[in-house]
Amino acid sequence: MIKLDNLTKAFATASGSILAADHINIAVDEGEICMLLGPSGCGKTTTLKMINRLIQPSSGKIYINGKDTDAYDPVELRRSIGYVIQQVGLFPNMTVEENICVVPRLLGWDKSKAHKRAAELLAMVNLDPALFLSRYPKELSGGQQQRIGVARALAADPPVLLMDEPFGAIDPINREVIQDEFRKLQRRLRKTVMFVSHDVDEAVKMADKIAIFRAGKLEQFDTPDNILAHPANDFIADFVGTDRTLKRLQLVKVVAAVEVTAPQISIDHSLEHATAIMNEHGGEFAIVIDDAGRPHAWLAAGGSHRDGTTVAARSADLPGTVTVDDDLRTAVSLMFRHAVSWLAVVDEAGRFRGCITQNGITRLLGETYRAPGAP
Amino acid sequence: MKAVVAPQRGRGFIVAAIAVAFALGALAQRGGLVDDIASYSGDIIFLTQQHISLVAISGALAIVVGVPLGILLSRPAMRSVAESIMQILNVGTTVPTLAVLALAMTFLGIGTVPAIFALWLASLLPIVRNAYAGMRAVPRHLIEAATGMGMRPLEILLRVELPNALFVTFAGIRTALAINVGTAPLAFLIGGGGLGELIFTGISLNEPGMMLAGAIPTALLAVIVDYTVGVLSYWAVPRGVNPLR
Repeated sequence: MIKLDNLTKAFATASGSILAADHINIAVDEGEICMLLGPSGCGKTTTLKMINRLIQPSSGKIYINGKDTDAYDPVELRRSIGYVIQQVGLFPNMTVEENICVVPRLLGWDKSKAHKRAAELLAMVNLDPALFLSRYPKELSGGQQQRIGVARALAADPPVLLMDEPFGAIDPINREVIQDEFRKLQRRLRKTVMFVSHDVDEAVKMADKIAIFRAGKLEQFDTPDNILAHPANDFIADFVGTDRTLKRLQLVKVVAAVEVTAPQISIDHSLEHATAIMNEHGGEFAIVIDDAGRPHAWLAAGGSHRDGTTVAARSADLPGTVTVDDDLRTAVSLMFRHAVSWLAVVDEAGRFRGCITQNGITRLLGETYRAPGAP
Repeated sequence: MKAVVAPQRGRGFIVAAIAVAFALGALAQRGGLVDDIASYSGDIIFLTQQHISLVAISGALAIVVGVPLGILLSRPAMRSVAESIMQILNVGTTVPTLAVLALAMTFLGIGTVPAIFALWLASLLPIVRNAYAGMRAVPRHLIEAATGMGMRPLEILLRVELPNALFVTFAGIRTALAINVGTAPLAFLIGGGGLGELIFTGISLNEPGMMLAGAIPTALLAVIVDYTVGVLSYWAVPRGVNPLR
């Protein structure tokens, strides 16, 4: 969808020319988010701005949908690409509606169509159109402004979105919320997004691909998991942090680590019957399931029991459950909080799906290091 | 809806003007000045019209020339020379208007034309300066956002830069017109007419009635012009960039 081919930008300075971007090659598929990541001055923003020709490349080509962007008139090109900047850049002299409708109006949409689109977009970014359409930017909080910044970029439904540290100026709590909202939006809209950031966590959370820059050079371009698991050099290992393996936890869903080893027993079973099942199964514990298939409690193996005792009397409450869609970071955090080494996993309906164990997670994360070809 | 309130400065002027008018009125009545002043009513009407036309013509010309000049100087292509030109204009502001009048008379002779020229020059500078400063104060990232969204330079100028610079520009126009109205009586000295005729003649003849017949309308005119421009800027500057709304 977006292909950067040997893209190079040299700036002339008093002390000679500086390569802000040095033969950058990146290919991003349709519907993917590609994060351009790196310390300040590494060339990530320069690379981004070359895509909508705010900066003219010194050499190299940019293809969008296979078409060379040099073939477009820069103004036409920009109108077909959504653009969000860190300072938001909402025009203070215009209302929210007028801000959102800038590109649609430039493209010659009629007023009622643009108005409808603005209302629709506001609802999409979780702001009430009736309340916000006629407000001015100065009457909005930072988070609201940035939501409208995103809505404005999406106004004419461009296939490509360029975002230059869009959530960098928002406080951490609101940033998380907006990132989650944007991810949800992106799952629906499937835009091809180039996203500049200097925040590794943001990149890991949002990206399908990450491109790490240093001093104008592209150091590594890969999936977030590969970058965290196999950083190409010391600089990248340093940049993504010594806790990079922990960061991988949030990339993996619980469903990938579920093991269905624990035996299931019913709350109404006699303890004798339950023990028989557990012995046969050979596990250290069993999960007590209620009639609807929901995990109710757990029962440790072994221990003496008198005849007639029920499962209900001997089982212990579960410390907590995770759903299949949670990420492993949530799961591990829950394990540590309750000082346990396993957790019951449920599906969206709350039915028991299996267990995850610390060993299982360790094994799963370790696979990539044992894979053939891994260092 | 918010009530319509006049800008703060304008309101202050009105209150002060009313207080002064009352005090003067009381004094004047006792000394028989009111009858004195009334006897010049024909002159007052004629000269006020002349005064207004001096202010209107020179002020309008200053706006028509000053605002575009300020905008022109703010263009990126002018960046290298803009600051030096602004310095020259700043030096220009320090030349007393009386000296400008004298110079204008030297080149253009006497009458309305040199008077309008001098008033135009005196009010041009604040307008250019504010239009320029207002345009330069438009944040870079707004222009970047506008460019990135695919606005052409003229669209950016008309839809982003000008509206955001408008408040500061209006402040310049207001200052300029205040200077203009206040300076206009001097036009009489080079044969330009206006209410200065009553004031200066009154002074020469030590005739307080005649003097006040010129001074009071001049003062009223200044207040009215300032108020009008204030109200105009209140409504003309978009709410999002108008600190008064």
